[in-house]
Amino acid sequence: MNAPPRGRDLGLMSCHVCRLVTAWTEEPHAVCPRCGSPLHARKTGSITRAWALLLAAALFYIPANVFPIMRTQSLSSKDDNTILSGIVELWRAGSPGLAVIVFTASIIVPMLKFIILGYLLVSVQRSSGFVSRQRTKLYRFVELVGYWSMLDVFVVAILSALVHFKILSRVEPLPGVVYFGVVVVLTMLSAMSFDPRLIWDNRKTSQ
Amino acid sequence: MAAASRLEGMQTAQDLIICEHCDSVYRRRTLARGDVADCVVCGAVLERHQWIGVEGQFALVVTSAIVFLIANLSPIVTLGLSGMSSATTLWGAVIAMWRDGAQLVAFLTAMTLFFFPLSQIAIFGWVLWFARSGRRAPGFARAMWALVSIKPWSMIEVFMLGTLVAVVKAHTYFDVVPGAGIWAFGVLTLLITVFSSLDSRELWTVTREDPA
Ligand SMILES: [Zn+2]
Ligand SMILES: [Zn+2]
Repeated sequence: MNAPPRGRDLGLMSCHVCRLVTAWTEEPHAVCPRCGSPLHARKTGSITRAWALLLAAALFYIPANVFPIMRTQSLSSKDDNTILSGIVELWRAGSPGLAVIVFTASIIVPMLKFIILGYLLVSVQRSSGFVSRQRTKLYRFVELVGYWSMLDVFVVAILSALVHFKILSRVEPLPGVVYFGVVVVLTMLSAMSFDPRLIWDNRKTSQ
Repeated sequence: MAAASRLEGMQTAQDLIICEHCDSVYRRRTLARGDVADCVVCGAVLERHQWIGVEGQFALVVTSAIVFLIANLSPIVTLGLSGMSSATTLWGAVIAMWRDGAQLVAFLTAMTLFFFPLSQIAIFGWVLWFARSGRRAPGFARAMWALVSIKPWSMIEVFMLGTLVAVVKAHTYFDVVPGAGIWAFGVLTLLITVFSSLDSRELWTVTREDPA
């Protein structure tokens, strides 16, 4: 089966809000004739923006993991947990299944986001024509799983609200959780800034 | 106003659709029940059969609004410790984070679990109410833009899983009694799954500008 033509070659583009197909324009102030949204053939400043947000996220990822995210206090003890030590505790407490879920959402997903977005950006900058279809799938994967990293942030929020038994037992959020929340938002913004159509533009070789 | 006048005569093609991930151009097909048109080049979903009509979608949004109300007003879980008990709602979690020095997290929680989902329900309900008679609601374009922009920032499903993890963690030290809130969030998660199998942008093709 022949590959369908690309919009750029036919002089067509579509509105990202309502999907109406219009004639290609690079006019910066062009608006969609149907819904009035600004028209961009490609997301503006995609690569620069995605890189900046990704690097900022990587920077915040360090304190997010080093600093504890939650304090558990009781009459006899005070226990600060980082993301990783919280997972170990969950495992030891007899919930290995949930420990695996939290490990996936808090450690594996952010790592994969850094690696995949970094790889996509580098490959686009090198005008690579290598495995374009698979790279587009990787992008969709990042978009799909991105927000699940908020899991630990919500866990800390619920526990802090619930465990409030005066001096007997108390849970409090610690700065690590704020950094972690920032990391999730920044990686989501980075993924949104990246334009997957760039994977298919300017390919030096097509497979 | 050179740009504006040029756009007056801009050609548009209602029967074409362009893949958002690779820029391939397709002619729109009529989809049968359960059909999903995939891009043959990159595998992205081009369009889905709208298996629930406008009337049905409106009913689902009204249901979501009621469940959302219950989810926010009822306690999610109650903990017990030597005769004392402590319960929290979603807002209890927001307030706890704000009070304990994590204001940014309190803000994120309030936005992603309350304001964004609430706006989605309200705006979608608004446009669907008019779409039932094939009309475009006042502010339709703005509403449709808001729906597309808000969608990635609504995180009810993640909160649902977070509640389960918190319950398991607390279970080691406390007596845990699930409240109505947790069930309501569970139902909301199911409703969100149904909505994500539909594309709200189809409303552009099933509605017409008011002749008046
Ligand atoms: Zn438009
Ligand atoms: Zn495609």
